[in-house]
Amino acid sequence: MKKLINRRPGKPASWALGLLPFLLLIVAYMLASDARLTENPNDKLLPALDSFVQAIDRMAFEPSKRSGEYLLWEDTLASLQRLGIGVAISALIAVVVGIGNGTIPLIRSTFSPLVTGLSLVPPMAILPVLFIIFGLGELAKVMLIIIGITPFMIRDLQQRAMEIPAEQIIKMQTLGANTWQIITRLVWPQLMPRLISAVRLSLGPAWLFLIAAEAIAATEGLGYRIFLVRRYLSMDVILPYVVWITLLAFAIDFLLSRYSQWRYPWFHQKSH
Amino acid sequence: MAIIEMKNLWKEYGDQVVLERLNATVNEGEFITIVGASGCGKTTFLKLLLGTEQATRGELLLDGHPLPAEPDESRGIVFQRYSVLSHLTALENVMLGGELHGNRWLGITFGKQRKQLRKAALEMLDSVGLGQAADKYPHELSGGMQQRLALAQALIKRPRILLLDEPFGALDPGIRADMHKLVLSLWKEQNLTVFMITHDITEGFYLGTRLWVFDKPRLDAQAPGAYGAKVTYDLPVGDCENGTLKRINQTVGRTSRVLNDTL
Ligand SMILES: Nc1ncnc2c1ncn2[C@@H]1O[C@H](COP(=O)(O)OP(=O)(O)OP(=O)(O)O)[C@@H](O)[C@H]1O
Ligand SMILES: [Mg+2]
Repeated sequence: MKKLINRRPGKPASWALGLLPFLLLIVAYMLASDARLTENPNDKLLPALDSFVQAIDRMAFEPSKRSGEYLLWEDTLASLQRLGIGVAISALIAVVVGIGNGTIPLIRSTFSPLVTGLSLVPPMAILPVLFIIFGLGELAKVMLIIIGITPFMIRDLQQRAMEIPAEQIIKMQTLGANTWQIITRLVWPQLMPRLISAVRLSLGPAWLFLIAAEAIAATEGLGYRIFLVRRYLSMDVILPYVVWITLLAFAIDFLLSRYSQWRYPWFHQKSH
Repeated sequence: MAIIEMKNLWKEYGDQVVLERLNATVNEGEFITIVGASGCGKTTFLKLLLGTEQATRGELLLDGHPLPAEPDESRGIVFQRYSVLSHLTALENVMLGGELHGNRWLGITFGKQRKQLRKAALEMLDSVGLGQAADKYPHELSGGMQQRLALAQALIKRPRILLLDEPFGALDPGIRADMHKLVLSLWKEQNLTVFMITHDITEGFYLGTRLWVFDKPRLDAQAPGAYGAKVTYDLPVGDCENGTLKRINQTVGRTSRVLNDTL
């Protein structure tokens, strides 16, 4: 018998083990839900599974009585759009400022303290300011995401840019590169996979800020819907929405990770 | 023609004197091999020539003018490690110099120009024995292969001065001999001036036209940083009289023991 630390599950066993906690959670939920519903059939806290099916059917596959829209898809589209725009703009700013700060000492001396200062402002605390300045429209919500995740991403990318071995930067110069070429041929390409991992890390906070902003001021969106139906204690809608958001987050993370491994083999295989 | 002149050159880090009183004139086309104890300042000397470190006293001249205080294309280098760009394949690494020259804005070339660069790069890769590895990334190459790639990358640029920091340390004897041949032929063909650090004094004697021994003539075992290393032997190669080699080996060995015991 091998020591426990050396025993590894095979592929099927590994899948089975990974699924086990999920199954247990579902079973535990069903038992608890049953127990509450037998006591009080109108209990709203832990709805039975078929109420979820009905709710999902109602939200996703039947047009809403009021607006004629399919609410789940409308909400998803609205939220993903805000998230996408916010994260894309943040990534762009982060790459530009991160490269500037990370590679050019004169720029770093100028902007690095500012970025550090900004990254310490709690974004949620300035949410009212955003609503005052940008109104209650799309811009304020996207701005919250940008303000929430950009300073962190800049600091991350700046750090990564500064970690590029000095030998490689010297090497570029001995091959005749000017500053701009060092950026386009060395720093930029080497930062791309690191940008993807910075984006993956900041997607968690980005969702947080998105849902917070939607909860306060929106007319559609996943966060808006959850907070709207909360008033009616509609757990049968809230929980599927939460699961759906989790699935979306997982899918985005998975795709980014796969893309990075396919596109930047030199980055991923080196670190093994 | 003197290409490099050193006039009473010193390099100190704080209290620690690394190099002191270096005086020498190097003519274009000389091949200088440098040996010396580990930690005595050979790499530091190359950094002075490269321009990434500045001398604390004295003058270092390139073509009679102060040497530029930053690296540029007149001086190519192969480091002990990390010398090639990790995000480019072997072929792209070797093409890079040409691409940077061909397109001052983005450093990327297209069309016919690219084809020519590619052809030249493939030939260069062949001559360092990496023809089969053109599409591999550096992390897929062994340490010795990476060094050969670095050499190809530096040589195809035809720098006037080539700085080599123990480039062949990780190579097996067969490939090492091939690399010697390659470096010698390119050195002659391009009229390069080469400074090469090596730990192998026979390699130093075989390859160079001139051998420098860096050593600390004054050495205080209690404070090895108090005095710097100088060029204690400056020998035209060919002067291979028997006792010299032995004597150098002995003194370098003594310095090395003191430096590396106390540090
Ligand atoms: N940036 C620095 N700051 C302070 N001391 C330094 C610095 N760089 C090098 N030194 C010191 O200078 C001395 C010479 O170092 P150097 O790397 O030139 O040795 P070397 O002859 O190349 O050794 P090796 O053969 O092991 O490569 C060492 O004692 C080292 O500690
Ligand atoms: Mg060294």
